[in-house]
Amino acid sequence: MLAVRNLSFSYGQKSVLQDINLDCKPMLTAIIGPNATGKSTLLKCIAGLLKHRGSVTLNEVRIENGGAARQVSYLPQDNGSPIALTVLEAVLLGRHQYLSWRVGQEDLELAFGILEDLGIEELATRPLNQLSGGQQQMVSIAQSLVREPQVLLMDEPTSSLDLYRQLEIFNLIKEVTWERNIITLVALHDLNLAARYADRLVVMNKGTIYNAGEPDEILTKAMIKTVYGVQAEVYMDGDRLPVVVPKVPMSSARRKRLHDSMEKGDSERVLLDRLTLGSRYIGQSTDNELLNTEIPSKAQQSIILK
Amino acid sequence: MDDYPISHSAMKMSVTSRGAYDRITKRKLTCLIGVIGALILTFFVDVITGPAWLSMNEVIQGIFWPDSSDPMVSVIVWVIRLPVALMAIAVGAALGVAGAEMQTILGNPLASPYTLGISGAAGFGASLAMVLGVGVVPYAEEFLVPLNAFIFSLISCMTIYLLAQGRKNQTETIILVGIALLFLFNALVALLQYMASENQLQAVVFWLFGSLMKATWPKLAIVTTVLILLIPMFAKDAWKLTALRLGDSKAQSLGIDVRKLRLKVFLSISLITATAVCFVGTIGFVGLVAPHISRMLVGEDQRFFLPLSALSGALLLSAASVGSKMLIPGSIFPIGIITSFIGVPFFIALILTRKEGHW
Repeated sequence: MLAVRNLSFSYGQKSVLQDINLDCKPMLTAIIGPNATGKSTLLKCIAGLLKHRGSVTLNEVRIENGGAARQVSYLPQDNGSPIALTVLEAVLLGRHQYLSWRVGQEDLELAFGILEDLGIEELATRPLNQLSGGQQQMVSIAQSLVREPQVLLMDEPTSSLDLYRQLEIFNLIKEVTWERNIITLVALHDLNLAARYADRLVVMNKGTIYNAGEPDEILTKAMIKTVYGVQAEVYMDGDRLPVVVPKVPMSSARRKRLHDSMEKGDSERVLLDRLTLGSRYIGQSTDNELLNTEIPSKAQQSIILK
Repeated sequence: MDDYPISHSAMKMSVTSRGAYDRITKRKLTCLIGVIGALILTFFVDVITGPAWLSMNEVIQGIFWPDSSDPMVSVIVWVIRLPVALMAIAVGAALGVAGAEMQTILGNPLASPYTLGISGAAGFGASLAMVLGVGVVPYAEEFLVPLNAFIFSLISCMTIYLLAQGRKNQTETIILVGIALLFLFNALVALLQYMASENQLQAVVFWLFGSLMKATWPKLAIVTTVLILLIPMFAKDAWKLTALRLGDSKAQSLGIDVRKLRLKVFLSISLITATAVCFVGTIGFVGLVAPHISRMLVGEDQRFFLPLSALSGALLLSAASVGSKMLIPGSIFPIGIITSFIGVPFFIALILTRKEGHW
């Protein structure tokens, strides 16, 4: 059990985290919340990288100042400088505490195995400075997993990855979490990814924990409106998982342009604008308030599109 | 580990990938062996060449059978040539290692004992002794110049570190303060030169050129002892130092105490640099270039990068030592001049011929 008790942290005079209390069991927990709300700082405090007030313990052993720090693996958002080092050597750095001058067969096999699980084994001998941003992020993930941690902390682990890779990585993280029975905390912005893969969501707002619980309890219209300031619909998909569909916030200038067009009788342009918006976001066409105009009927849409 | 899901797939580890890794490791080892071979060759040439025009047989006999050889040959070989040739290797290795670790802990390819003003401080300390006869350590007249150079090198290192201590941008501060000190010490040396008599000025200028000719067995023993004591410490931290090249936040995330590591390495390289430059004077190019040559050949993995930096530094200075005797037969040029003559074309050729993204 990972226990965070009365954790507070400030950057100089600026308070970032206030009196955080959190218990995490072996499962995948996603920390969500707006920018600059303290998600990354909380992960760094848990990893023992920032001096903070309060305590963080793993099975009642303090993590900071050595202690259980070896059992914690933290993946920062920053992938590090791309240097003249092969991918395999970079992954092995994750096990530097266990390595001597000569790398053992067991460590090599572990590193290769993780590269294979991530589907990037063909990169093993490529230098980091030849990789794309997404590939570098995959290497960082491999570096984090190769440590075989009891607590896995990941800060936006898939921010540079395409949709396929995002799903692949989260499948792997979930698999590792459950099969290895480890505590995984992932800071995420993508609410739908969090809902699909996390067993538990922790919502942070203004340096405090706003709420925590299972995704279908946490992801509500009210929470999204209060924490993010965004209007959204929350649906249940076929797997009974919540799906968040945000309503597109529109600038006042754009709203004015549309109204002006309407007044000029430029109905076709208004309707086309409306259709374009509708095609960008699923569910957008049900939002009447945004435009204060009637949604074109199916017949009208087909005429315009022709 | 058996219940870890990753290890199941490790069973089907790609043979081709493993083979490729082994090939890369072998290539790096080949580079190391190649440089060792070249170093042995330059050492041998360094010992057999010199203004005394001794033949190869005389030198070999002087080395291995000193009792049965001409006493003059024996003295030339054992008192002059061997200490000088070995000092070139020891000081070259020291500067190579110091430059490599400076670039590593500061994350800057321009860091070297010269660019951070450490050699400049040594030059000022030595000049102070030569011009004003002022010694930092009392009752050490015989070693006044090297001791002054040593102490001032350490003072400059400590100043740099203390001024950067606690700052958010610690590495940038170290580099900027180092460059500022370089200019300060250069100005102070210029001031002393202005005040110096003709003989003193000649002595100062000659010291600043850098020279191996004052090498002796005790001096060689001191430099070698410092290297033997400190290089294993770098070797022990090889993986941590490699991780540090990824950047501070990445290294911290891998569980490395970055500040502690940086302090430990900085103190060690200060000691190595101070010891190396105090006996031979200002040799500017080796500490900057040897790490770059090594990086191009074997990359950033410190298990190979560190020994190759030491070896390529030693090779550069050993080759420069040979060059200093061959440029004008019968005379010996100051080695500090020759290192750049030999190193710059070689270095530029390496830069121009390397492939993008490779090393």
